[in-house]
Amino acid sequence: MLKALKNPFLALLAMLAFGAIVNVAFNSFIQLMLVIILINMILAMSLNLVNGYTGQFSLGHAGFMAVGAYASAYLSTQMPLLPQPFEIFSFLLYALVGGCLAAAAGFVVGLPSLRLKGDYLAIVTLGFGEIIRVVLQSTPAVGGARGMFGIPGPSEPKFIAGYIHASIWVIITFFVIWRVVKSTHGRAFLSVREDEIAAEAMGINTTKAKVRAFVLSSFFAGIAGSIFAHFTNYLNPSSFSFARSVDSVIMVVLGGMGSMSGAILAAIFITVMPEALRPLQELTGVDLRMVIYALSLILLMILRPKGLFGNKEITDYVRKKSS
Amino acid sequence: MSAKNLLEVQKITMQFGGLKAVDSLEFHIKEGELMGLIGPNGAGKTTVFNMLTGVYQPTSGQVVFAGMPLKGLKPFQISHLGMTRTFQNIRLFKELSVLENVLIAGAQHLTYGLGAAVMQNSLFLKEEKSLREQAMHLLKIFNLEGKAHAPSMALPYGEQRKLEIVRALATKPQLICLDEPAAGMNHQETHNLMDLIAKIRKEFNLTVLLIEHDMKLVMGICERIMVLDHGIKIEEGTPQVIQNSAKVIEAYLGVDDEDNTAEVH
Repeated sequence: MLKALKNPFLALLAMLAFGAIVNVAFNSFIQLMLVIILINMILAMSLNLVNGYTGQFSLGHAGFMAVGAYASAYLSTQMPLLPQPFEIFSFLLYALVGGCLAAAAGFVVGLPSLRLKGDYLAIVTLGFGEIIRVVLQSTPAVGGARGMFGIPGPSEPKFIAGYIHASIWVIITFFVIWRVVKSTHGRAFLSVREDEIAAEAMGINTTKAKVRAFVLSSFFAGIAGSIFAHFTNYLNPSSFSFARSVDSVIMVVLGGMGSMSGAILAAIFITVMPEALRPLQELTGVDLRMVIYALSLILLMILRPKGLFGNKEITDYVRKKSS
Repeated sequence: MSAKNLLEVQKITMQFGGLKAVDSLEFHIKEGELMGLIGPNGAGKTTVFNMLTGVYQPTSGQVVFAGMPLKGLKPFQISHLGMTRTFQNIRLFKELSVLENVLIAGAQHLTYGLGAAVMQNSLFLKEEKSLREQAMHLLKIFNLEGKAHAPSMALPYGEQRKLEIVRALATKPQLICLDEPAAGMNHQETHNLMDLIAKIRKEFNLTVLLIEHDMKLVMGICERIMVLDHGIKIEEGTPQVIQNSAKVIEAYLGVDDEDNTAEVH
């Protein structure tokens, strides 16, 4: 099991096997949820780079997701898809383009605003996210406020094709971020979080480290946006509101700042929780979903103020037990 | 005395609003020298360090290190040139392990890029391995290798001070500025630290600039000492000269008139 975590191909195989089981064993609602979970995992892992590892507070993740989503959706309506067995490569390419554009947006926003810290950076990134949304809302070429219809997606069987696409990107996201964080570049991110002045004195270019983390994070947010666009086949600017940015931040904080396992687990939790509470609403007749959801978040933060994992990983616990 | 000047400080002044923290300070350090910088509290010693290492840009005057004017350079660039420092109020990367603290300081000597890190190619593996070996070697000199994987904030105070020095050494400096390395240490620890400083100076061919309040340490190992009071250099010379200087005694203990503003230390 631990070995599978170290090899991207084994990990992908495991995910696909899981998908095959879900494909036959569960209904289409669960299948839809599963893909949404994967998208949220990518969002959480990528935002963790900035908010968790680098210690900068970004509140504009939905903006970068929107850039990726709209760019790749627009591209796919303009270009023909490759024929069936190779169709997936079209979507991988669209996602890549969306990601690159989001990364470029990240660079443009990050370079000036990363001079700011804490609350100020949060406000600037929040403002940027809103600007993107408003611009999209008033651009007729991408449907304006009505939204963008008829975005091609992975064809039948819809679930499994979309799931494969999302799984590939989840694996890529995980391994790229994991390995960057374990390298000297990732340690530079951590040093910025711990003490910027000391990091500079030890020869770390902190501005470069921050911008790098921000650009990489935006790239994967764009990828998540692209998967979302092609899976739902419809985009609306209101899907990329402030609330989605906050959701991503909650996933990072709940999971633990600077923990990949935490981000992944929290993405699952935050996505499933509101849906899992639905039967309760039917039972009682009152919509207590959001109340319970909020209460459980508050409780979790009181009981585990550093998030589910703090800055540790699942593997840290496994190792401790075995040794 | 044929060694050339590694550091030349030319009339640097630091003004904070109406306060001149450091006033037209001039000094130099020769290659391989161990120089002490002392003075009463608030004399401007740490401000001098901050100007040397680029945290502050001097209001006027300039610093030349290894023949290179440092004007406009950022702290990380100065670190790349070979001047590094420790901090008076310990600034370790608290939540990271002891080893990680040292690895971060060694980053400037690595060449692999982001792509190599993602692919974990042979260059990445080779450089990471040698970086780790060097870091462990440094930790061993300071007797910290057993705690390499402990979080740095879990170390006792004296060892945190040592780790600050190890981390600074990992940048492979020519000149290391130590800001009160013995603060808070007992006599035995201070004594050990003196030996360590002498040892690393030899092993790494270091030039050292030392701020310290522990006079035993300063007088014991410094070849030349500079005394700062109210931002002005009042004396410079060998430990004997300093110990017998009337101006220095006055700065530290004050004189017998009511106009005395110097702090008793």
